Amino acid sequence: MLLYVTRRIVYVIPIVICVALVCFLLVHITPGDPLVAVLPADASQELANQLRAAYGFDRPLPVQFGLWLWRAVNGDLGNSIATGRPVLAEVIRAVGNTVTLAIAAAAIGFSLGLLFGLIAGYFRDTWVDKLATGFAIAGVSVPHYWLGMVLVIIFSVELNWLPAVGAGPGGSGAWSWDWEHFRYLILPAITTSVIPMGIVTRTVRALTGDILSQDFVEALRAKGLRELDVFKHVIKNAAPTALAVMGLQLGYMLGGSILIETVFSWPGSGLLLNSAIFQRDLPLLQGTILVLALFFVILNLLVDIAQAAIDPRIKRG
Amino acid sequence: MLLRKCGKSPAALAVVMLAVAATATGAGRASAATVLRIGMTAADIPRTLGQPDQGFEGNRFTGLTMYDALTMWDLSSAEKPSVVIPGLATEWKVDDSDKTKWIFKLRRGVKFHDGSPFNADAVVWNVDKVLKQDAPQFDPSQVGVTASRMPTLLSARKIDDLTVELTTKEPDSFLPINLTNLFMASPAKWQKFYDAASGADAKAKSQAAWDAFARDASGTGPWKMAGFTPRERLELVKNDDYWDKARIPHVDKLVLLPMPEANARTAALLSGQVDWVEAPAPDALPEIKQRGFKLYSNEEPHVWPWQFSRLPGSPWNDIRVRKAANLCVDREGLKDGLLAGLMVPATGTFEPGHPWRGNPTFQIKYDKAAAQKLMQEAGYGPNKHLAVKVQTSASGSGQMLPLPMNEYLQQALAECYFDVQIDVIEWNTLFTNWRRGAKDPTANGANAINVTYAAMDPFFAMVRFLQSSMAPPVSNNWGYINDPKFDALVKKARQTFDPAARDAALAELHAASVDDADFLYVAHDVAPRAMSPKVKGFVQPKSWFVDFSPVSIAP
Repeated sequence: MLLYVTRRIVYVIPIVICVALVCFLLVHITPGDPLVAVLPADASQELANQLRAAYGFDRPLPVQFGLWLWRAVNGDLGNSIATGRPVLAEVIRAVGNTVTLAIAAAAIGFSLGLLFGLIAGYFRDTWVDKLATGFAIAGVSVPHYWLGMVLVIIFSVELNWLPAVGAGPGGSGAWSWDWEHFRYLILPAITTSVIPMGIVTRTVRALTGDILSQDFVEALRAKGLRELDVFKHVIKNAAPTALAVMGLQLGYMLGGSILIETVFSWPGSGLLLNSAIFQRDLPLLQGTILVLALFFVILNLLVDIAQAAIDPRIKRG
Repeated sequence: MLLRKCGKSPAALAVVMLAVAATATGAGRASAATVLRIGMTAADIPRTLGQPDQGFEGNRFTGLTMYDALTMWDLSSAEKPSVVIPGLATEWKVDDSDKTKWIFKLRRGVKFHDGSPFNADAVVWNVDKVLKQDAPQFDPSQVGVTASRMPTLLSARKIDDLTVELTTKEPDSFLPINLTNLFMASPAKWQKFYDAASGADAKAKSQAAWDAFARDASGTGPWKMAGFTPRERLELVKNDDYWDKARIPHVDKLVLLPMPEANARTAALLSGQVDWVEAPAPDALPEIKQRGFKLYSNEEPHVWPWQFSRLPGSPWNDIRVRKAANLCVDREGLKDGLLAGLMVPATGTFEPGHPWRGNPTFQIKYDKAAAQKLMQEAGYGPNKHLAVKVQTSASGSGQMLPLPMNEYLQQALAECYFDVQIDVIEWNTLFTNWRRGAKDPTANGANAINVTYAAMDPFFAMVRFLQSSMAPPVSNNWGYINDPKFDALVKKARQTFDPAARDAALAELHAASVDDADFLYVAHDVAPRAMSPKVKGFVQPKSWFVDFSPVSIAP
């Protein structure tokens, strides 16, 4: 197991370097001026040259990449061009807010998804299955930003039960897990949860159905195991795949949703990316993309290790 | 025990009751602190360190609230044009013997929010923060948004505590107008942060000091910073010691919340989460009105134009073609249809009533027959259309609804024998191309460009487009206009130092540019905003800015 984990960690290093290179190049090859946030189009050429030199954008791209990577390795993602604030602090704050939202959404989406999936798989081709599958299809089909707007219209504008936007009465900086703050989380969390709920439902339904039709389940029943004990075996066999799917979904949610976070003005990584893109704030954009990409890499690593721990066949392969 | 004692003495009881009542009243007053919550269109709080980013929305919310400039805009009227008035300077005049030198007399008794005095040293320090590269407080991040708005200012020198001399590169009568963009931050507060900062060198310490200053800012404005969560909220409280007693804010606290999505802003207003939103979702306007909220709008110094290429071979070199395009657009139809009333038809950069309007002889209006006649005189007709190409963006700051509006123009101009091709590119790319000019390959063969502009001061409204020396890469004369008449008028306006005579010279320049039909003038934005009926006392001036001081909010 230790050898497997070590091997997986070593594989991560070239992936991280490639990710850093791709996210650096992607933001630099797009047209437009990187100083547009601080340099109006009516500024003189002399001023533009002066600022380009001050920010280091007059250097060759490989030099810029080398300097950026070196600083990033040392924990410094530079300063935002638009705000002057350190990128790392901006990203950490935003990611923290997205993690809060993702955990709440995962709690809703995964628990409902597992429940609906198991029920649908166990009662396959019955009306219970059709109902649960209907929920799943609706979850993956409905555009979540549209659902978010509808929820806001119903629960904020019409009923005035829940806030429409924001991350607490005093902002996310004053966040605490009490009702006054939690009510700000409900609508964005429900909106974020519908797609993972649908995907988990469909995956678990398919897995449960397949496993139930396998010979060893018949053997277990023939040995006289109670149906509940048989079902435990089904869950254990479905777990590695379900875990992989949930890990991937959690990764997507931790990446933040530009649309959902913008609709709810939730100050997470999606809203930060949105702002960085529109302000063409290259250090902020690069830093945010890098951190989010690393999230995926690390999350995949953790899921791989967890799968290997659950299913010994994986680490042997 | 106390009550028992009081019970024996009616006078003592009365004193206690009065004390309780006073405490209760005091508590009531404390809990009744009035708060005005505003949903901004910005995705982030504009920079708070003195020179805001995010264009004039930045100046509106974090510039003019916490800071003052030497000169200011009069924002008191919805009817009159907004003009420059004394701010932290009470008077100014150019040196008669050397027109590059100006003397500004400073307002006495003004203090920064940290209690330090505002004086000539503070003015010099604030000029140096963006112009003197070896000054400790020099900050490149503030240079772009500031130096470009006062392109001729060179330096500042203290004469005495309340007098300062400003020097320009060339005689420039626009300087007092440009200075509305230079906000005075507290040198004493910054120095405190600088002294406490850690950093490898002076530059790093300076950056750390500005970062700290942005979180705990100090200006002289009517609002003081009270709380700041980056990207989420800025809380300002009223400055009871503000130097202009008539402009001490009526509400106790102003909370600014970035809400970049129009529907989110609108929902926040309708659900009572905020009291005021900038630019509500256009589709929601009828519902906003129906629910009893108030809508405000007014003509802004903003122009939505087509800027023509005047390079050799451009079809716009023929004045009949330029005039025909201007006469062929039904602006009222655009206003009432596509824009639901949220525009003012443009008949120039400035409309009648503005001091820089002048008396153009070419009247811009909708006259399709006259436009067709001009086109026929120029050699075009139903069987011979003129192909033109405009570069625009799908969205962007101040661009209103660029694509639908350009499609409207495409259909309108087709009736006057134009074949309009629209080249749509990303907003920041369009902005970059704007300064590269019509000759650059990035123009992609376009002979017109659709970039909206702010018309707050003469340089930005006219000079940068009309003066031949402003051709790329210097500034925004995208189409390479090279007309000695304009150069002479710009020189005359810049070197006329009596304000009334300067305004007359600017009016002459504007009238000449309208007569020359240098742009296809289409619309002025009207800065729509929606408010709760509880918000009182708001005046929306003909400006990009508003004064929050007279606004009150009913319980």
